Formats: sequence, structure tokens, C-alpha cells
Amino acid sequence: MAVIRDTMAEFDLFQPASIDDALALKRRYGKTSWALAGGLDSLDWFKDRIKRPEVVIDLSAVESMRGIRETDDADGVEIGAMTTLTEVAEHAGILSRFGLLADAASKVATPQIRNQGTIGGNVTQDTRCWYYRGGWPCYRAGGNICYADTPTAINREHALFESNRCVAVNPSDTAPALVALDAKFVIMGGGGEKVVDAEDYFITPAKDITRMTILEPGELLTSIRIPGTWAGARFYFEKVRDRQAWDFPLVNIASAMKVSGNTIEDIRLVVNAVGPRPLRLTDVERQLKGQSVTEEVGQAAGELALLGARPLQHNAYKIPLMRNLVKRAIRGTGARA
Amino acid sequence: MADGKLFGTDYIPADLVAKVTGRAKYAEDFRADGMLFTKLLLSPMPHARVRSIDDREALAMEGVMGIITADDLPETDNLVGSDRALTMEPMYQGEPILAVAAVDEETAAAAIEKIKVDYEPLPFVIDPLDSLRPGGPNARVGGNTIVDRKEVVEIKWTAQDFEEAGDSMPMGEAEVEWEVGDVAKGLEEAHLVLDETLYHQSQTHHPLETRSCMAYWQNDKLTIHVSTQSTQRTAGAVARGVGIDPTQVVVIAEYCGGGFGSKIGGTVNMPIAALLSKKTGRPVMHRVSREEENAYGRARPGFQGRVKLGFRADGRITAIDLYLIQDNGGYGRSGDFTSASRCASLNYTPLNMRFRGISILTNTPTRAAQRAPGGVQITAMLEPVIDMAAKKLGLDQIEIRKINAPDNDTTYGSNEHHVTSAYVREALDKAAEVSNWAELKAQSGQTNGSKVTGIGIALSSYVAGSRGFDGLMVIRPDGKLYVHQGIGNLGTHSVFGTARVASDHLGVSWENTEVVWGNTSRHLPHSAVQAGSQTTHAHTRANLAAAIDMEKKLKEVAARTLGGSADSYVVAGERVYRRGNRGSGLSFAQAAEKAIELGGTFDGHEAPEDINDWTKGAVAGLAGQGLVGVAKDNYGGEGDLWSFVVGVAKVEVDRETGAVEIQHYTAVADTGAVMNPRGLAAQIHGGGVQGFGLARSQKWVYDPKWGVPFTQRLYTAKPPSILDVPLDMRAGTVDLPDPQNPVGAKGIGEAPFGAGVAAVLCAIQDAIGEFDLKRSPMTTDLILNQLEGVPQPITVLATDV
Repeated sequence: MAVIRDTMAEFDLFQPASIDDALALKRRYGKTSWALAGGLDSLDWFKDRIKRPEVVIDLSAVESMRGIRETDDADGVEIGAMTTLTEVAEHAGILSRFGLLADAASKVATPQIRNQGTIGGNVTQDTRCWYYRGGWPCYRAGGNICYADTPTAINREHALFESNRCVAVNPSDTAPALVALDAKFVIMGGGGEKVVDAEDYFITPAKDITRMTILEPGELLTSIRIPGTWAGARFYFEKVRDRQAWDFPLVNIASAMKVSGNTIEDIRLVVNAVGPRPLRLTDVERQLKGQSVTEEVGQAAGELALLGARPLQHNAYKIPLMRNLVKRAIRGTGARA
Repeated sequence: MADGKLFGTDYIPADLVAKVTGRAKYAEDFRADGMLFTKLLLSPMPHARVRSIDDREALAMEGVMGIITADDLPETDNLVGSDRALTMEPMYQGEPILAVAAVDEETAAAAIEKIKVDYEPLPFVIDPLDSLRPGGPNARVGGNTIVDRKEVVEIKWTAQDFEEAGDSMPMGEAEVEWEVGDVAKGLEEAHLVLDETLYHQSQTHHPLETRSCMAYWQNDKLTIHVSTQSTQRTAGAVARGVGIDPTQVVVIAEYCGGGFGSKIGGTVNMPIAALLSKKTGRPVMHRVSREEENAYGRARPGFQGRVKLGFRADGRITAIDLYLIQDNGGYGRSGDFTSASRCASLNYTPLNMRFRGISILTNTPTRAAQRAPGGVQITAMLEPVIDMAAKKLGLDQIEIRKINAPDNDTTYGSNEHHVTSAYVREALDKAAEVSNWAELKAQSGQTNGSKVTGIGIALSSYVAGSRGFDGLMVIRPDGKLYVHQGIGNLGTHSVFGTARVASDHLGVSWENTEVVWGNTSRHLPHSAVQAGSQTTHAHTRANLAAAIDMEKKLKEVAARTLGGSADSYVVAGERVYRRGNRGSGLSFAQAAEKAIELGGTFDGHEAPEDINDWTKGAVAGLAGQGLVGVAKDNYGGEGDLWSFVVGVAKVEVDRETGAVEIQHYTAVADTGAVMNPRGLAAQIHGGGVQGFGLARSQKWVYDPKWGVPFTQRLYTAKPPSILDVPLDMRAGTVDLPDPQNPVGAKGIGEAPFGAGVAAVLCAIQDAIGEFDLKRSPMTTDLILNQLEGVPQPITVLATDV
């Protein structure tokens, strides 16, 4: 069978208006179906005819999955999974309490993509490993080789951590921010509602090499709840990329820090695009609690963060980059002034 | 033309509103009754022979109307030199094998998936140096280079060539070699000698509009909507590709969404829609996808290079000894490497120079001219080396360029040609003024926390004109001047700007000037291709010549109608009248009517002898429709046309992340008299921005083991975005007319590109110190590795990573 790309294959399109209807369709069509959010990831797959669902369930008409609501939890918010990244980036409550997320959302791709792309889609998106996206029959695609982890492979964008056969990375900008904010992801499925910590939403190849998240075929991510715990904390987000629009991170970092005087009372520190899931630096967080915010502490945190990093042929630059981003997150002001 | 009212002033081009409102129709926007769509089957392998094709299942599908392969293409006598629309021996991954026509794209794509192609994989090579090694693979069955555009031969260098080179570029047997003066002596006499190994990547063109086509036949006449830079000159390319006479072709191409040299005379895929339309008897649309655009859409050849540069203590270059290995792709013979040698010779006027070069075939997409072919590469490669020398010699970056700069007396290249004009020192001074160089220079090396400032200046040059084309215009009985333009509407607006020379000469307002363009059935003259920065120069001249013919005929018509001698009449205010008596004369509308009555040369029933046959056909087509002005540009001239651009960049490099922010860019052009100030600024800024991409982010990446590309999509190839462009963008010009063009103008399309790449590279180098890999793009990872002492993952000569 000859291969052709860049031309979408045929599928049946459903546009349910409720979560129940969407789930019913998922149940009816099972693995042959595909839930479509903003389409920025999905349509690439469809156009390249690599992912070929028979049924596409477009969630854009599910009103209950859109919008940003206050929650009972003081200072908390709940964001419908179909809320656009632009809405997230511009929402007054998110800007005032969770500027970290607004910052991360505003650095995704381009204005047009943020107008179309959703928060649910951004955290659930597939990896951008160009071997995998090119349709190569790799581990992640169900084969038995990683083309990106060979002596000649071009793997500048690939993983330092948690690779297990596959060296692809999670490219999301909002995911590390949500992990840093200790967000809860609401998943609806056959068994009703289930709520998981953001960091447990993402998985490594050791758990399932063909998926990036715990989402099962019959389930939908319907909303994301951010508790008030970290509202108004000292936040830091930075994304290093090759160009300033329409680019995935080489490495990004998100941190939330509670500081009293100059002492770090509590911190959550998350790096993405260095492994298959947003990498929460729990050892570093533990080390930092009770320490002062100084360059030396930041430097030591950066060094500690790198323990276990395994660079590939082309991505060793991510080691100093990640170290320096950790340092900058502690510093809290980005480029040293 | 200093006294012109229109020349040298800003205006709104006729196509602007259509473009910004989306009403402009590009090739893919056209529809015709019964139109089919085609999709292509592309080679999955970098080099293979098609043993057999089984398309029975596809042909049996409902809605599939026809398939063509290379067997359906017309015979050609030049199989080695050029690629064709389809092939049975693909030379790169993505080369088209066959095309399916169906009632819609979905059906055509589904049909492609039903086709079984049996390939015999053949050896392939991506890196020219791999092919030059003893026993290395050849890109083609017969060898690794093409001689005389006909014959494939094999050249291998010796093991010793490679051993002796160490980490530098090996320099074995060359294909091209020239020397002016005595390079050995020049190096010996130098105060400072630098010996550098350098790399510039190959790069696809990335026009926003892909090269789509739609074609249909009416009897034996082919109408084809294409995306092309040129218009009149595209008809011949269509005819050759389809196997018909150019008179059987109507090319329609009113707009072109970018070409950058990849669509000069149309595109290689044009015959597909035309031949499928012939085969099926229905119109056929071929919408080219972004992935296909990156496959058969052409690319700039990369260079692996080595240069020895000798300097006197005052910075004067005593010798350039340059060796370039050109990554040629699988077809043709790119001229970039020899153009590069001419640019190096012209930009630095070395006292002695030797050039050696070899162009090696690789199994990567077909190369073609890309905006300043050869010029961009050599400027990006050498300008940072000039800055290194300035630093070592304690010289200012402007001074070292001034002492080596060409001027009107310069000769350059292997043939020691003259240039018509070169006001490079003036451009350097103007750039210093516009950019406020003294203030920028004071900021060099300043730190702001983890950030450090760097500044760079670069000189770029490129050819800027040609001669001897035809101008054609008509004053119709509506009194308007219709300027027929065979050049294309590429977005440079020279198609409109050069017409204004005729309006000025004849005293016609812009409102009463109609530019006729974009459709070869509308009687277009023989024209320069819309490439090589030629049209501004060539067609200001041609339109001036035709306007002078028009003026002469207006006076003759008036004299024959109203009496007296032609010399006693003047043309002004859209009338021709007796000198001193405006009332005694004819309006242009009356003159047009009289011309039709008079016939002969007046209304195009007769044409001058010296114009091109194509223009004669156009004149015949216009016969009887008004007063016809037509002439060949016989102004002549000596020497080569070149324009120059000086770029100045200021960057801030974050030493903790390797991130680079371009904060300021100035570009100043020596491009003769300025025809369209706003258009000029757009050209020199646009070229600069394109350069920012090559300096910083834009890539062409292949997997070396499998020979397939990863950068076929805009998000992986990473051309620059508007957020990578500084707010502080300035433009200037020396505005000194070229002495050999009666209108004074030179072209400007190309030279701005190299200035943008090189100024940014020089500025980054100024900020972080001499590059440990002298190559571009200088991406975030390479910068950070250098700053952090991380071993670079690639060698300086590594291709396509």
C-alpha cells in the first residue's frame, strides 16, 4: 500500500451536545472512535492518514465542557476542558490568582492556535517526536524499535529522563503549570466521574508506551480544577524555543513557590519537554523547603534536578538549559537582572 | 528619471485591496465545470528504481478517472540534467512517481493507497563528503557529479586527502578552478592569515503559496493557472513540459504567493494537471500540499567550505583562497557555488584570489536558485570571519569593510568584469548613520544580568539587472495608457512600478494608466524572467524605450491629422498639441482613434524588426485597438549590474538559555535611483527577516541512515515568525543613480537576504565570542553548548542536521 500524506481520510463525524451523549458515542464505537477537541493535534494525524478513526466525536458543541467557573474551594477555579487557551490566558481570575497558567497558556504556539486550541487538548496532546509523527513503525506506534534512539538518529528535541524504549517528550506548555498548581483533572467514563492529580494524569512508556495519559478509550477529560492552595504564590514560567511563535518548547519550566521573608516555605517545581511526562522535581522541592532564595541555592537545586539525566546524541544542551531554568525559577525573575 | 512625478514616490499597487481582502485568486482558487482533482504518489525511498506498478485496483475504483506516469510525459533529450514531473527512478524521498485524477481529492488519495509499487532500492547519499570518500556511495547509478549538464561521472578523493585535512575540510580534486593574481604570494605577504572550515545548510524556499496548478483544454489550446514568478516566460516552460508549441498555451498567473527563485519560469509539476486533463478530457486541479512543496518545491544548495584569508595590518585583504563543496541534489547543476565565488571577489576585492569548487550529487530535493543563490551562503559564511579578523587586527567592523569595498572602478571574478556602479562605502556610511552605529558599538559586550549585547554589520551583494527586453503599450480610444507587462506579479510590485516610467515619460496620471499583466492571452511582450533582481532594471528601460516610441507616434499622428511637422508638437497633460498652443492638438483618445484609422505601425498592424518574435505576436494581437508604442531596450551598456545591502543588527544573548533576541536591524541599499520607496523598504526588510530565519531557527534536517527529511512542515522547518522581528527596523538607501540606466534604477530583490543572515550571525558572535562551530543556523542549543562548554553534538561540516 502506497503512502500518501497531507490529505485527510474519510470518517463519520458526530457532534454531541452533552457529555452523556459523547460518552455514549465512545461506548458505542470504542477504539474506532476519536474525541476531537480543538483539532490542532488530531487534524495533523488525520491529514497524514496515520491515525485513522472511523468515527470522530467533535466535542465543540458540549457547552458544559466550556468556560471557567469559580469553585466552592476558596480561590479555586474549574476550567472546562474545551475552554480555549486564549480564554485561559486572558481570564481575570486566572490572571490574578494563577498567573502561572495564564503565562504558560499565552506562550503556546500562535494567537490563532490559542483561539482554537483547548486546555484539555493541550494537556492531552500526543508527542511530537518526528519519527513517530512521520508514521515510522516505532515502539509507540506498536512496533519494536525506537528510531530516535540510535547512534545516527536526530534527537535534539528528545528526552533526558524516564525514557523506556521510547525517547519522546511531552511537549505541553500548560501541563507543567497545572502540575505545579496541583490541579485536579476530572475524567468521566463508564464508571462515572473520577478525579486525579494532574501529575498522575501523565504516564511514562513503562506504563503504556502507546499513550501519554491515563485516559482510557471510553473516557473523556471534562474539566480541570485548580484548588486555591497556590493562589497568588510566587510563580515562574519560562519556555525556551527556537522561535517566538508556533514552536514547541526545547525545555519549559513552571514553579509555584510560597516565600516568607526570603525563606522558601513550600514549592512545586515542574519541567517539561525533557521526558515523556511533565517532570515534577520532588527531590529538589524537598531540598528547597526552608532554604533562602539565593543564587547558590538555585544553583544547587539546578544541579540536583539533573540527577539521572541521560542525554542522547543531540540533546546534551538540555542539561545546562534545565539546570539554568531551575536556577531562574528559584531566582524568580528570569534573566538575572 | 529625476523629474518624474511618479517614479520615486509611494503608491498603492493595483492588486493591494484584492490581496488583503482575500479576493485575489491564486491558482488553487479557480474552478471549472467537471473539474477533477489529482494526487501524487511520492517515492518513499531516497533512491530507487521502480520495477513495476500495479494500479488495477485503483483504476477500478468509482470516481478514479485516470493515472499518468513518467511514460505519459513527452520525450526529452535532457534526462540527466533536469528532473521531470514524474519519474521511474526517484532521486530523493518525495519525488513523484505517478498521478491519479479522480472526482475529488479524497478519492484520489484513497486510490493512491491501493497502488502497489515494486521498488528496487539503490544506494543513496545525503552528505557530499560521504560521496567523495574512497568507496563512498553515489547519488546516481553512474556517479556523483554531472559534467556539461549531460554526463554523470564519478569523482572520489583519496584517503590521503581526508587524512591530511584533520578536522578541517578536505580539499581534493576540484571541478572548477580559477585564480586571479598569486594567492600563495598574497597569503605569504599577509600580516594575518585565517584558515577556516565553514558550513551553510541547504534550505527549501518555503513560499506561502504552494505550487498548485489547474489546467484545461479547449481543442488544442491549453489554459493553465499556475503559481509562477514570471508570466510571459512561463509559457515556454509549460509548452516544453507538455510537449506542445508555446502558442498553444495560455498561462494565467495574476498573483504569486512567493517564489524566492523556486518558481522562476513556473514549476516542474505543471505538466501533471495538463496531461491528466488531456487524458481525461476534463479540467484538472492539482493542489500541492506543504509536504509535497517541500519535496519537489526546490531548495538552495548547501556548502561545505574552507577559506584561507590573508589580511594586511590595516585590514586590506591580500588573498582569498576559497574551496566550496556544493550539495547539488540529484539533478541539474546548480550555479550557486560559482556565484558565491563572484560575490566573495566583489565584496572584498582581494588583491589575489583563487576559487576551487566541486558540485556533488546527493539524494535530496532538486536545487534551484533561491533569493541571492550563492550570495547568501558565502555572505553568511565569510562575514563572521571578517569580523574575527577585525577583532584580531584591532579594527572597526566598518573600517575593515570599507578598505576592501568595491567601487565603480572595481573588477571582479575570474573574468575581471566591471560593474556599472558600486556605492558600497557610501552605503556603509549611511548604515552607520541610520543605525547610529557609534551608539550601538558602545553597547557591544554590555551585560544586563545573564544577557549580553552583540552588534554586527554585514555587506551583501547580488546581481541587479539585465538588458535588451521589449516594452509594449497602447493608448486606446478611451484615452488611457495600457502598459502590457510580461513580467510577473511576485509581490515586489515591479510589475506596476516599472510601468510608472512610461506614465512619467508621457505625462499620464497613474489613474489613467492601466497595467495589463498576469495572462499571456492579453498580449504581453517578451520580458525578463521575474528573477535575478532583473525586472526593475530591465523593464524601466524597456518601458522607457516603448514610451519614447509612443511619444514619437503621438506627434506623428498629430502632424498627419492637424498638419505641420511632428517636431512642432509636444506631449503633455494627456494631450499632444502644437508647442505653445495647447488648444491646437488631440486628446489621447482622439489620437488613438486616428492611429486606428492610419493603421501600419501606428496601431500595431506593423511592428519593428528588432523586437522579439513573441512581442511581434503580441503587437499583432493588439492591432487595430489603439496607438501602439513598442520598442526593444537598445540602450546597451557595459559591465555587470550589482546592488549592495549593508545590514546592521543588535542582539541580546541570554547566556543561561542560549536564547537570542534581535533588538535592532538596519538595512541600507545601494540600488540606484529609488523607484518605489515603500516597496524598497519592504524588500530590504523582508529579505532581512528571511535572513534572520537562516541565522537562527530555520532548518533542513535529514535522518542520515534512512535518507528522509523531517522538516517538511512549517512548524518543524521553523522559518522566522513576526515575533522574531525587532520593532526597531530601519531602512535607508544611498539613492545614487546607476549611470548606465537612463532611469537610474537597479534591482534589489536578492542582496537584502544575505545581509540579514550575516548581520545577525556577526552580532551573535560579537556577543559570545568566536563560534566553535562556524556554521548556521546558530541555534539556541549550539550557542548554549558553546557557552557552557558542552561538547557540540555535530562537527562543523555535518550536513542536514
